[in-house]
Amino acid sequence: MNDSSGPHIPRTPPRKSATFDEYSIAEIQRAAATGIYDIRGGGTKRKLPHFDDLLFLGASVSRYPLEGYRERCGTDVVLGTRFASKPIRLKIPVTIAGMSFGALSGQAKEALGRGATLAGTSTTTGDGGMTPEERGHSHTLIYQYLPSRYGMNLTDLRKADAIEVVIGQGAKPGGGGMLLGQKISPRVAQMRNLPEGIDQRSACRHPDWTGPDDLEIKILELRELTNWEKPIYIKVGASRPYYDTALAVKAGADVVVLDGMQGGTAATQEVFIEHVGLPILAAIRPAVKALQDLGLHRKVQLIVSGGIRSGADVAKALALGADAVAIGTAALIAIGDNAPEWESEYQKLGTTAGSYDDWHEGRDPAGITTQDPVLAARLDPVKAGRRLANYLSVLTLEAQAIARACGKSHLHNLEPEDLVALTIEAAAMAQIPLAGTDWYPGKTGI
Amino acid sequence: MSSALKEMTRSEPVTFDLTAEPLRNLSIALHALIPQTNQTSWQILNPRGQHALAVGVTVPVTIQIDGHVGYYCAGMNDGAVITIEGNAGPGVAENMMSGIVHVKGDASQAAGATAHGGLLIIDGNASARCGISMKGIDIVVKGSVGHMSAFMAQSGNLVILGDTGEALGDSLYEARIFCAGTPASLGADCEEKPMTPNDKVILVDLLQRAGAQAEADDFKLYGSARTLYHFHVDNAGAY
Repeated sequence: MNDSSGPHIPRTPPRKSATFDEYSIAEIQRAAATGIYDIRGGGTKRKLPHFDDLLFLGASVSRYPLEGYRERCGTDVVLGTRFASKPIRLKIPVTIAGMSFGALSGQAKEALGRGATLAGTSTTTGDGGMTPEERGHSHTLIYQYLPSRYGMNLTDLRKADAIEVVIGQGAKPGGGGMLLGQKISPRVAQMRNLPEGIDQRSACRHPDWTGPDDLEIKILELRELTNWEKPIYIKVGASRPYYDTALAVKAGADVVVLDGMQGGTAATQEVFIEHVGLPILAAIRPAVKALQDLGLHRKVQLIVSGGIRSGADVAKALALGADAVAIGTAALIAIGDNAPEWESEYQKLGTTAGSYDDWHEGRDPAGITTQDPVLAARLDPVKAGRRLANYLSVLTLEAQAIARACGKSHLHNLEPEDLVALTIEAAAMAQIPLAGTDWYPGKTGI
Repeated sequence: MSSALKEMTRSEPVTFDLTAEPLRNLSIALHALIPQTNQTSWQILNPRGQHALAVGVTVPVTIQIDGHVGYYCAGMNDGAVITIEGNAGPGVAENMMSGIVHVKGDASQAAGATAHGGLLIIDGNASARCGISMKGIDIVVKGSVGHMSAFMAQSGNLVILGDTGEALGDSLYEARIFCAGTPASLGADCEEKPMTPNDKVILVDLLQRAGAQAEADDFKLYGSARTLYHFHVDNAGAY
């Protein structure tokens, strides 16, 4: 009705549509103006059921806690005990996820290596190969084996401490990648054997195998190439975690890496990031169940990733059955990504500190997601590595604090029975009882 | 003379029978070779389609495999001259860095996939995706190749004496494809190019090195139209 026709008729305020909200309208307008989908970096930004929806119960009359600062709570983890003669031994169960030189500056990769090494954990290469700086500064380096095989060579393969066969990632299960020309610097182009400055496409399927039966043979080849020494990880984006885990095990994995949709990417379509895959909370229990059904839980190790921010997240992931977690976005934040000190420059890019996600454009004021030598020089790898080590230390201390409160002498002793869920959704996804009940949706045999 | 010294000074081919010893022992023996080894000639008997044979060899020895091989034979080869007296399964010479791999029979899918260097000779036909994502290798196929060959091929040369399946050179980068027969179709961004004198020199050399009986003038050259090098909405249908 026309509510402005009389002086005494109350006006209703302008009402925005919940469906066509501000963001949706802006995206329609942007799409109409450009004819192309939006590309960005990072992981999903939508609100999802997550570790925040779980709580630890802590000790009580029925269970007693460990003394906070005196009684030991172990944090070490051994990865790759199934077939590899030289498993990975880490001091903490928090690893650094695969991120490429190309997506990241050389300084950022060095910082990740330094920080991980200080903390006693591993870091991981990405699409584009292994740089000498990265190998040199990473005590334990996992070498990713990707569909593109950019920079893949036997010498580096044998220098690695483990090999991670990448089938997918949480931000884009089923998707390949594209590194825009701004980031194909002479060095990146040379490493990837591509013309300088072109938009580089990365395939989504491996070139020489298809399916789990072929993968088993590919893993045999990788083991023969490296003398059966190195653990073979298989990384999958969370989509069908029960079957993917079971098939990875069948193919011969020593370690399964499971990446939820909160996990970041250097660049892909916004629609892909936000609409494909599972939140990590929903993926862990099915993966653990697959390992348990095969009698291989804790024998084939499970690393989970996607939205790990705090020691509480680490503890919850481990309590749900993971052996370790991996961090990517949080590691970048720790070394300086989205830092407030660059706010004025973020604003020039049309964004703000905390929201910057145009990692593919190579104009990162913090010098992390760029190949611009001037910007990259802003990042001091030594100081940034120290910040990462500090952060990893805090994650570990926080997880230990929770574990002790639950009476656990090792982080791996955390268990689902230590948890309750705050929402019915989280209860269903994590198969953890709703707080105050002994029930979760789908639970049978009550 | 100790047996170890005898091993070091032997000059006759080392024979390795895969019915008598497992693959693991073969890999250990080949990977233990040093560049100055006297064991420069190897003969592998009874491969019987086993996978991952003679992978990751980094010394310039000659290896003759007497029979058919399974997946990834000569994978990541870096310097050895490997001859397969039979057919090869998928991914023969995948990711080769240098050396020569010669398949006397036919090769399955993804022959020479992602390889950075060296020469792969296939006397028979190669199946789909021959030279996929190749990164500098030279491949000579004396027969025909299957569909999507040289998909996303980055650099190097693929020489085909016969015909090709659909979508030759799809999403090609800077690799050259020489074909004497007829491509069933060209893939996205692949086009026929004029053959320069330099291209012809490369082709003649490869034909000679591969022992191929063919005239360079009978070949056409295919390469990248480079329209997909920069993502553009007008090309969205090609992606």
